Amino acid sequence: MQRDADGVASSPHIHSGASVAGVMRRVLAALAPGVMVSAWFLGPGVLLQIGIATVAALAAEAAMLSVRGLAMRPFLFDGTAIVAGVLLGLAMPPLAPWWLASLAAVFAMVVVKHAHGGVGHNLFNPAMAGYALLLVCFPYAMKSWPAPGAEAWAADVLGAVFLVDTAKVDAVSGATALSFVRDGLRGMKMLAELRPGAGASLLGGGAAWVNLAFLGGGLALLAARVIRWQIPAGFIAGLLAVSLLLYLGDAQRHASPLFHLMGGATMLGAFFIATDPVSSPVTPRGRLVFGLLVGAVVVLIRRFGQYPDGVAFAVLLMNAAAPLIDRHTRPRVYGERDTR
Amino acid sequence: MSTVLRGFHGGVRLPRSKETLQGTGSRSVALPPLLIYPLQAHVGTPARPVVGVGQKVRRDELLAAPSSYVSQAIHAGTSGVIVEIAARAVIHPGGVTDTCIVLRADGEDRRLTPAPALDLGRATPEGLLARIAEAGIVGMGGAGFPSHVKLREGLLNAVRLLIINAVECEPYIACDECMIRERAADVLLGARILRQALRASQCVIALEDDMQQARAALSRRDLAGAQIVRVPAIYPAGGERQLIRMITGAEVPAHGLPIDAGVVMHNAATAAAVADAVAGGLPLTERLVTVAGAVRTPANLRVRIGTPIAHLLDACGRSAADARVIVGGPMMGTRLIDEPAPVVKTTNCVLRLPAAAEDCTMPCIRCGDCVEVCPAQLQPQALYELARAGDWDGASDLHLFDCIECGACAYVCPSRLPLVHYYRHAKSEIEALELAQRRAAELRSRYEARLRRLAQAGDAAAEAEGQAGSDVDAAPAPAAVPDRAAMRAEIAAAVARTKARRTANTPAAAGEDEDGAR
Ligand code: SF4
Ligand code: SF4
Repeated sequence: MQRDADGVASSPHIHSGASVAGVMRRVLAALAPGVMVSAWFLGPGVLLQIGIATVAALAAEAAMLSVRGLAMRPFLFDGTAIVAGVLLGLAMPPLAPWWLASLAAVFAMVVVKHAHGGVGHNLFNPAMAGYALLLVCFPYAMKSWPAPGAEAWAADVLGAVFLVDTAKVDAVSGATALSFVRDGLRGMKMLAELRPGAGASLLGGGAAWVNLAFLGGGLALLAARVIRWQIPAGFIAGLLAVSLLLYLGDAQRHASPLFHLMGGATMLGAFFIATDPVSSPVTPRGRLVFGLLVGAVVVLIRRFGQYPDGVAFAVLLMNAAAPLIDRHTRPRVYGERDTR
Repeated sequence: MSTVLRGFHGGVRLPRSKETLQGTGSRSVALPPLLIYPLQAHVGTPARPVVGVGQKVRRDELLAAPSSYVSQAIHAGTSGVIVEIAARAVIHPGGVTDTCIVLRADGEDRRLTPAPALDLGRATPEGLLARIAEAGIVGMGGAGFPSHVKLREGLLNAVRLLIINAVECEPYIACDECMIRERAADVLLGARILRQALRASQCVIALEDDMQQARAALSRRDLAGAQIVRVPAIYPAGGERQLIRMITGAEVPAHGLPIDAGVVMHNAATAAAVADAVAGGLPLTERLVTVAGAVRTPANLRVRIGTPIAHLLDACGRSAADARVIVGGPMMGTRLIDEPAPVVKTTNCVLRLPAAAEDCTMPCIRCGDCVEVCPAQLQPQALYELARAGDWDGASDLHLFDCIECGACAYVCPSRLPLVHYYRHAKSEIEALELAQRRAAELRSRYEARLRRLAQAGDAAAEAEGQAGSDVDAAPAPAAVPDRAAMRAEIAAAVARTKARRTANTPAAAGEDEDGAR
C-alpha cells in the first residue's frame, strides 16, 4: 500500500511485487554463468577479486549509511552494493593485490555513490568509476593479466593477492588479448604477423567463451524483462558498426568486428554494465542512442587508447551525457502535436 | 466478426481477479434501513434539496434538483421519510463528511407512477436530453459527469462517433460485464437512444477480449448499426483516451476533450440507465456493484444508490479481519475510512484487500519501467523528481496535467514510490496557485473597470451639463444569453472545482471526464 506523508493511503492499492532487491538478485543470478566461465579460464583469482570487492563495497556502504543516518536493512541489502562489488571484481586482474580492489570499491561507494546522495542519485556507474580510478593511478598493476593458459592456481593466487608477491604475478601474467593486439598494431606490425602468436589463441583462449556466458546471462535478463533491449542492442550495433568501418578501411591494421564482439568485456559491458539503470538514460530512444555511443567509443578506445579495454571509459563518458540524451529523447506525450 | 484492436501505448497486464464473477448472475441485497444521498456526489455543483425533514417520499421521487448546468438530480431509492439533511461520511480518502439527505425506508418500497415512455420515432434530441437530465443520469463508470451535458456538448460539436465503453480493465470489477449479460437489450436500446440524441452517425461498443459471454449476449440481438470491438485486457484499455486511440486511431488533443476528437463516450451502465429513463420513465436509483476481495461470497449486487457500503459488506460476509476497504478498483479506487459512507451513482466496486505489509520505499533507480507502462507517454520518474522538489513549472512543462492518474507507473515501480500521490499533490498545488492568480487578476480588472466607469461618469456629467437630455446610459447591455464559450468555461470550472475539492488529499477518479480508466 502506498501512503503519503499524512499516512493517507493513495491509489494504486496493489503492486506488482517488483523490488529493487529483486531486480538486483536477478542481475546477480544472470552474472553467475559468466563468473564461472571466467574463473575456469583465468583461475580462482577471479572469485577472490569478486569476494574482496564485494566485502569492501558492503563495508563501505554500511559505513556510509551509518554516517548518513539511513536505515541499514533496506539499503544495505538492496543488492546494489553487491552488484557493484561483483562487477568491479570481474574487472580486476585476477592477481592484483587485495588493496587495489578494496580501494576501488570504497571509492565507488563513498565518493561515486554516497557523496552524490546514495542509491539512485549517482551520475556515474560506481563500479566503473572505481575501476577507472585504478586504471589511472595504477596502470601497470591493472594491465597484468594472466597469460592465456598460464597455470595460476590456488597457492600462487593467494600469494599474489595477499602477499603482493610480484614475482608470482610476473610469472603468470602478460598483456590482455586486447592490449596485445593494440600494442602490436601500434608497433606498426601487421595483424597477420600477430596472428601466429598469442593472437591465434585469443578467441580460443577463453575470451570468447566468457563473452558467450555473459551473453547467455544477458539474454536471460532480457527475457525476464529486468533490462530492456535498447542498450545492449545499441551497444553491440555501435561496436560492430565502428569496428566494421575500421576493418573495411584497412583490414591489416584493425582487428575484425568479430574479435571486438567476442573479446574483452564486450558482453559484460553490453548487458550488465551499460545497462545500470541509475546512470543511463531512462527513455527508450535515449537508451538506444546511449548504447550506440558506448559501443562506438569502446572500439575507439580499444584501438587508439592506452587502456586494456574501453568499456569502463566509454560507459563513464556516456554516463555524463545521459541527462542530455534524456532531455533530447523525451517521448511524444499522448495528444501532443508532433513537433519533431 | 470482431478482431482485437491494438495500439495504445504502454499499459500493464494485471491479474484479472474476476474469474469467479464472470458468468454468474447478479444478486439483490435487502433494503438497508437508511439510504444516504450526498448532494455533492459528482462533478459539478451540489444538488439543491427539494424535500424537507419529516417529508414522506415514494421511490423515484425527486429529492434534490440540479443547481446549475453542470449538476445532477437525485431521486429517492425507496419509499420512506426524510429524517435528516446533515453532514455525513462520504466516500473520501480523508474520511471527510458532506451534506447528505438521509431517507429512512418504510419497507413498503412504493413507487411513483413512471413517466410515460418517449416515442423514439418522434423524439427530438432536445426531448431526449431533457429526459436524461430529469432522470439524474451521470457517467456511471468514472468521475460522474452529468450525461446530458456531455451529450449536449457532443451535439453542438456535431460529433460523429458514439462509443459505449464496457471495458472493465481494473482487476476484480465485473459489474458491467454482468449487467450486459443480463440486460443486453437495454444496453443496445440505450446506445440507440444516445446515438439519436447525439445525431451521431456511428456507434461502437467496446468490450474486453475476455468478455465472451457479454459479447455473445449482445451479438444475439439486433445491433441496429452498432459495431462491437474487442480490446486487449491490458490496463488501462478502458481509459477514455486509450480507448479513443484504439478505436479511431486519433488522439484526444492534450488539454482537449473527446469531443475534440469527434467522439462522445458513455459507459455501458449509463446506456442501460438511459434506456430505463427514456423507455421506462424511471430515474437512476439502482446500479450493480461488484463486491470482491476478502469477502465470503463475492458478488455483483443490485444495489439501491444511497446504500451504506457497510451494508454490502455485511451482505457478502467479511472473510479476513484486517482488511482495507477500497471503493472503485484497486488501481484507481479510494481507500474508505468510514464504512457507513454510501454507494453513489459512480460506485462500481467495493473491495476488501488484505492489509499488506508496509512497503519500504527506495529512491528512484531510474529503471524506466514507469516510462514503459505510462499510457499517457509521460516520464513518471521525471515528474516524480520535479513534484518532490516542488518545481511546479517544470512538472507542468513535462505535461503533468496529461497524467490520468491510472497508477500503472506506481504498480510496476521496483522502488515502490507512491508516484500518483505526488502527482495529485502537485496538481492540486498548481491549481490552487492558478486560482489565486486568477482571483487577483479579476479583482484588478474590476478595480480598473470601476475607475474607468467613474472617469466616464465624470465626462458624461460634464457633457450633460452642456447638452441636457442626452442619454448617459447609452452603453448597450451585453446579451443575457450564455454563449458557448461561457458554457464551456462553466464546465471547465465545475470540473476544476470538483477536482480541487477532492485533491485536497485525495484520490479522485482520473481523467477530467467520465469513464476514465476503470
Ligand atoms: S519505476 Fe520507479 S524506480 Fe523505476 S524509474 Fe520509475 S519511478 Fe524510478
Ligand atoms: S499515473 Fe500518470 S504518470 Fe503514472 S502511468 Fe498513469 S498516466 Fe502515466
